Amino acid sequence: MADLSQAKPVVTRPVASAPPMAPRTPAAIAKEPMEVAFDISGFSLWYGANQALFDVGIQIPARAVTAIIGPSGCGKSTFLRALNRMHELTPGTRIAGRLRLFGEDLYAAAVDPAVVRRRVGMVFQKSNPFPTMSIAENVLVGLRLNGVNDRALLRQRLEESLRMAALWDEVKDILGRPGSSLSGGQQQRLCIARALAVQPEVLLMDEPCSALDPLATAKIEELINDLRASFTVIIVTHNMQQAARVSNRTAFFYLGRLVEYDETSTIFMNPSNPQTEAYVAGRFG
Amino acid sequence: MTTPSQFQPTARRHAWRKFTSGAMAGLMLVCAVAVMAPIFLVLFFLVREGASSLDWSFFTQLPKPSGELGGGMANAIVGTFTLLAMAAAIGVPVGVMGGVYLAEYGSDRANSWIRFTADVLNGVPSIVWGMVVYGLLVVPFKTFSAYAGGVALGFMMIPLVMRTTEEVLVLVPQGYREAALALGIPRWKTITVIVVRTALKGIVTGILIAMARVAGETAPLLFTALGNNFWSHRLSEPISALPLQIFTYATSAYDDWHRQAWAGALVLMGMILSLNILVRVLSRDRSFK
Amino acid sequence: MAAPSVSTSPHSAIRSTLPAGVRWPDISFRWLALLAAVTILVLIALVGWELYQGSRLAIGHFGPRFLVNSTWNPVTDEYGAWPFIFGTLVSSLIALVIAVPLGVATALYLTELAPVRLRQPVVMIVEMLAAVPSVIFGLWGIFVLIPWLRDHLFVWLKETLGFLPLFRGTIYGVSMLAAGIIVAIMILPIITSVSREILRSVPNLQREAAYALGATHWEVMRIAVLSYARRGLFGAAVLGLGRALGETMAVTMVIGNRPDISASLFAPGYTLASVIANEFTEATTDLYLSSLFELGLVLVAVTIVVNVVAQLMLRSLAGSGTGKVR
Ligand SMILES: Nc1ncnc2c1ncn2[C@@H]1O[C@H](COP(=O)(O)OP(=O)(O)OP(=O)(O)O)[C@@H](O)[C@H]1O
Ligand SMILES: [Mg+2]
Repeated sequence: MADLSQAKPVVTRPVASAPPMAPRTPAAIAKEPMEVAFDISGFSLWYGANQALFDVGIQIPARAVTAIIGPSGCGKSTFLRALNRMHELTPGTRIAGRLRLFGEDLYAAAVDPAVVRRRVGMVFQKSNPFPTMSIAENVLVGLRLNGVNDRALLRQRLEESLRMAALWDEVKDILGRPGSSLSGGQQQRLCIARALAVQPEVLLMDEPCSALDPLATAKIEELINDLRASFTVIIVTHNMQQAARVSNRTAFFYLGRLVEYDETSTIFMNPSNPQTEAYVAGRFG
Repeated sequence: MTTPSQFQPTARRHAWRKFTSGAMAGLMLVCAVAVMAPIFLVLFFLVREGASSLDWSFFTQLPKPSGELGGGMANAIVGTFTLLAMAAAIGVPVGVMGGVYLAEYGSDRANSWIRFTADVLNGVPSIVWGMVVYGLLVVPFKTFSAYAGGVALGFMMIPLVMRTTEEVLVLVPQGYREAALALGIPRWKTITVIVVRTALKGIVTGILIAMARVAGETAPLLFTALGNNFWSHRLSEPISALPLQIFTYATSAYDDWHRQAWAGALVLMGMILSLNILVRVLSRDRSFK
Repeated sequence: MAAPSVSTSPHSAIRSTLPAGVRWPDISFRWLALLAAVTILVLIALVGWELYQGSRLAIGHFGPRFLVNSTWNPVTDEYGAWPFIFGTLVSSLIALVIAVPLGVATALYLTELAPVRLRQPVVMIVEMLAAVPSVIFGLWGIFVLIPWLRDHLFVWLKETLGFLPLFRGTIYGVSMLAAGIIVAIMILPIITSVSREILRSVPNLQREAAYALGATHWEVMRIAVLSYARRGLFGAAVLGLGRALGETMAVTMVIGNRPDISASLFAPGYTLASVIANEFTEATTDLYLSSLFELGLVLVAVTIVVNVVAQLMLRSLAGSGTGKVR
């Protein structure tokens, strides 16, 4: 079993932590100012009468990978779905608090949730390529249905997105085949390509590897590593090693609250909260 | 311990119980055969009586005045297709959109009322639709018309199509909706291009079933389309339909008309069975994966 | 093509290629869908309204007496619904008496006895029966069924059961009994298929428990399956009744169309639906037409009540987890 000391040093892009977290500053951070993607404070969410998120405050850096961990039912998915207003599909949900992406209030009255979702893409636990569409159609559906018809641009995006999702070489000759004919891991990368094709600023991933075998998982992790350069990635995972391997920063949720949020290495090796320590250690034990 | 004296009555009783069980099984088999028999009897006579009466003129000629031999049902065949097209023009868009509403929007409570009402409407006798459309269209416009007939059949199709559409839409996994919405695709395009497209086979199946159902309807046409012994040149004129013509001819006093009624019935049955076979072929794989 | 480019910020790229959100298509689509769904409510209101409008004259003229008056005489312009209500009820009851045992037995055969390979074909054959239009049953009734009934079955019934008032009197062929038989054939598919769904929803545990007690095949069906499914099967029968009450064309063609009330099932009769079918376009006076509309109102009221009862019975069953029934 891998142990934490073997985890790659993942902080490739320096980010500064934000208040109210205790500032743990690697030397690099002082030089480069952190660009905050999500600026969230006092955020709560209710499913009907049940409150699922309590007063969450967090600043998520741009062009970095942030992992969200925590025991089952602690509100990880709920939090993630609130970031692109997907939770609004569940009737009876209600939110309070402030949620900004690059300074813009995503919940402002004039904002169309569809526009939010173009900026904040999502990849799901279970890969779900559209069954009636070919591989190419799956990748391009977001652009086409959002009104992009320029053939040259579509072709370019198709290849770009599939390359970014590390799928191009495997599918470039079978673009016309149904998306559902691919293997599970390929399908998940297809879904990533589909999400990337609309050029979102943020990519949310809810346990993207939990249905995949280790080899396919490794491919996706590699891919996440590459995406870091141009995207803000937020990934929910139950796999501590995965969080340690791919993320720059990690947030630990428990019972609907953000318990601790810090550099990934700190969360795993030197957490300040005993609950975090217990959870992280318990998983490895 | 079982002594013979105790054993024997139990054995006899056991034999009796086994006999009853076998007899009931046999009775059920007989019932099943009896239930299957009518369709074969109907089809047998349709083919026997109808096939010998089918000729070229049946498909090409107008009905002859009463008492004269020959003639055909060309206008009734065309009329049936015309009425079906009009019924579909009403029933399909309204039914499919309503099914979309029930499956994709709305509150559970309100939707369950609409669903319930649709089921009740499906049970309304078809002759009643004829009276309703008579009051709605025939009286105000002072004429029986193809429009009225088409509307009557279209009204019947709406609840049928709505329910089947809803049933197949709710089978589309939620993941596809979420994936599409997460791409920033507007809700209505998500529904039309992703959800409806995924369930399209099932929806088309439902539409075909509804069309097969109304294609054979006579009662709602009696006081709407009325029937016509000639070609209808305008949709605002009365129009003939196969079921109407079959009814008129079957209840007439002329042997030659009886013969033609059988021929018409064979053609009508052929149309409806073809629709049903199409449905079977389409619904062979209903999976979404 | 090149590897992912970071040169342009994705932030600006997206703005340049994707049009901003327009909400009106979404909103109008939703309204359109709502409109379509609400059409259902409009339709049922329309049915009630048109029939009420049409029958106002007769309702005002005859009052509630209309329902029990057994005179139907266009010459004297006096109209009463009783012969048609009677005919509708009797022909539907005959149909139920024939179709329910046959349908339930077939459903039992299909779920409990038939070899698995045989089930689907049998179901398909039964469903084909549902595809036959009413007017074709009528045609077949006139030229095939009625002659056979007149020359064989009715004669035999009269000889063996003639001591009952039900099977006395002149045999014409066209008759209440013929109508009942043809309606029975027409409602067999729905009774069979709903019963089958009900029986299939009986948990296997029920059956196994009975087998474990040493019950024979039939005893298992009787004790475990039938008694468990009783309510649902009753619902299936009520649903069949709803269909039977409104059957029009086939009945019109074989019932004889005479507004008489007779104890004999060999006598011709008339039903609500068939008198409307026959006389609607020939109604010479306003009161005549209005009386026919009132018959339609009675018919619709009865069928709606019966259908609601059936829906509620089958639905509450589905709600209690006994299985899903359409
Ligand atoms: N649609 C819903 N309606 C009502 N309550 C919900 C709904 N979805 C989630 N919840 C509740 O919100 C809380 C958080 O759920 P959430 O799915 O966010 O947990 P999670 O951390 O993602 O768990 P897991 O690791 O199992 O995916 C849970 O208590 C759950 O019961
Ligand atoms: Mg989750």
